[in-house]
Amino acid sequence: MTIASKTPLTAGSTRLISLSNAMPWAFAALFLLCLPFVFQSNSALTIMNQMAITIVFALSYNMLLGQGGMLSFGHAVYMGLGGFFAMHVMNMVEDGLWLPLPFLPIVGGLFGMVFAFLIGSFSTRRAGTVFAMISLGVGELIAACSVIIVVFFGGEEGISGDRTMGPPVFGYEFLTQQEVYYLTVVWLLLAALLMYLFSRTPIGRIANAVRDNEERAEFLGYSQRNVRWISFCASGFFAGVAGSLFAINFEILTEENLNLATSGSILLITFIGGAGFFVGPIIGAIVFTLLQTVLGLHTELWALYLGILFVSCVMFFPSGFAGLIAMHRRPLALGKMKLLIKPYLKVAIPAITSVLSLAAVLEILFHKRHGYGGDHEMHLYGIAFDSGGYQAVAFATIIAAISLILVSRVLPEIREAWDNANHAEDRA
Amino acid sequence: MSAPAIELKNLEKSFGLARIIQGVNLQIAKGERHAVIGPNGAGKSTLFNLITGRFAPTSGGVFLHGEDVTGLKPFEINRRGLSRSFQITNIFPNMTVFENIRCGLLWTMGYRYSFWHMIGRQQDVTEKAEEILAQINLSSRRNELAGTLAYAEQRALEIGITIAGGADIILLDEPCAGMSHSETDLIVDLIRKVTEDKTLLIVEHDMGVIFDLADQISVLVYGEVIESDTPDVVRASAKVKEAYLGASLEA
Repeated sequence: MTIASKTPLTAGSTRLISLSNAMPWAFAALFLLCLPFVFQSNSALTIMNQMAITIVFALSYNMLLGQGGMLSFGHAVYMGLGGFFAMHVMNMVEDGLWLPLPFLPIVGGLFGMVFAFLIGSFSTRRAGTVFAMISLGVGELIAACSVIIVVFFGGEEGISGDRTMGPPVFGYEFLTQQEVYYLTVVWLLLAALLMYLFSRTPIGRIANAVRDNEERAEFLGYSQRNVRWISFCASGFFAGVAGSLFAINFEILTEENLNLATSGSILLITFIGGAGFFVGPIIGAIVFTLLQTVLGLHTELWALYLGILFVSCVMFFPSGFAGLIAMHRRPLALGKMKLLIKPYLKVAIPAITSVLSLAAVLEILFHKRHGYGGDHEMHLYGIAFDSGGYQAVAFATIIAAISLILVSRVLPEIREAWDNANHAEDRA
Repeated sequence: MSAPAIELKNLEKSFGLARIIQGVNLQIAKGERHAVIGPNGAGKSTLFNLITGRFAPTSGGVFLHGEDVTGLKPFEINRRGLSRSFQITNIFPNMTVFENIRCGLLWTMGYRYSFWHMIGRQQDVTEKAEEILAQINLSSRRNELAGTLAYAEQRALEIGITIAGGADIILLDEPCAGMSHSETDLIVDLIRKVTEDKTLLIVEHDMGVIFDLADQISVLVYGEVIESDTPDVVRASAKVKEAYLGASLEA
């Protein structure tokens, strides 16, 4: 065909990313650029911005967890500190400092990196429990400081700023949510690309090696501590970028941005998405933001559902959503996906019914307990009913039980189809 | 005469009250293939761990090419041209076979902690890694996860990682442990091939392998070297027979 096919060793080697690798990025960029034409409301744009910020944050977290084998319980520290510094710089811009808004994330990133450098100097000596405990301690420490050092962190109200006071960039002053969306998306793509490229550098690969077997890496000339420290600084930079984007979008930062709850969520997001895959945190961030914003509008129990999702992820699919998708590469390569379609469709209806009815049980119980002043009229899935008696709960429970039984009936069939789809030869 | 590749001076190591290595003196010349044998619990693996910096000695010193490396960290010792394999397979299980070898190459090929090179574009590393894969007969397994390889293949990969960096002193800790006869023959050929012109220090239980490979043999019993000489002398030594070899060599 082309010259490239004749020299496989050099094919694609002259470019930074080969064409086949560049395609997903180009599609992602195009998709993100088009999104505002589909979702035009300010609230939709805000959700998408939040999603983008969470993606950057989650990807930076995965540089530690997935790539470097460091379980951090305090990653919000770097996002938060990056964000607080970015906010102070934004306020300095208001007082006359010249800095166009699109460059603000670099400032926040550098501050994130400086703190990662300082804290990493002692926390990255060992991985495992020691690292996890130090990250937890530092997280608690910084969160406590944020309430004490009011001058910097603004106490309980936090600090706020105005993004529009900087010099206009090509006439844009970032007054509208849409302009902010494009700014965020450009940074999302840039940060994601840089983190992707980082994973393909010598240090990125050695970070994997240290994750897999730190002792072996030491006997290959690498100081495990330095390898972790460098990854940690890089991760701190991108967390700081995420923090700055948060500052730009919401124009307010509070203690919530660097507390342990935020650190916990990002761990959960990365894990649900799949820490072993580059796209994992991206999927996790999208799922999480949708649960938080869209589901959060409809039910107060969204965090409970998120928790259930997390626990079932740990128990049943520890490689996350990305892992579930990746499992299908082999059947796809063997051309046997069609074997799976029928059983999947068969399980879909009872599975969805069981999830919905179990959720209904929880919702009805919650409503019974917390309904305002004996108000027992409840609306669920477009049905109005009385949550006071036991009929509604009983009905939902029975539906759930029946659908779960149906699911368990289909499971052997799925298992068999799965086995067949994963073997090259046909089995009788 | 140049300094010996490895020199141990009065090396001692105690764990609590247990004196595992009790004053070992040993000189291994450049280019020599030196084997350490001894009964279980004689301290062979501990000796390896002392030389490679995994443990710090209680007293005494380790010298590589005349340079004192006592108390240095494993990565610092590795950077001075010493590489080792492990008794229990020690690879990167969640990375591909190719990546395993490549990781062994990166430091010595000068890439170190670089985050400004794209690893896939470095022809020199790729070619060298392919060359080593061919040498250890794992080219066909290139893209498989190292953890999924068969045991013998993992042992070969372990040797591949060990020699990849081009170290001139190679330490192999029981490379043939748990292998069948035919697998052992293959590994011995491989070891001979990849350690040509290098200094080799090997611990092994299989006497066939030892007498096949070694120029010099040291016998370690209860943390002391009781004999260190050519295979013929060691084979004939009454002291060694008494302490350890006995039956296996009579046969």
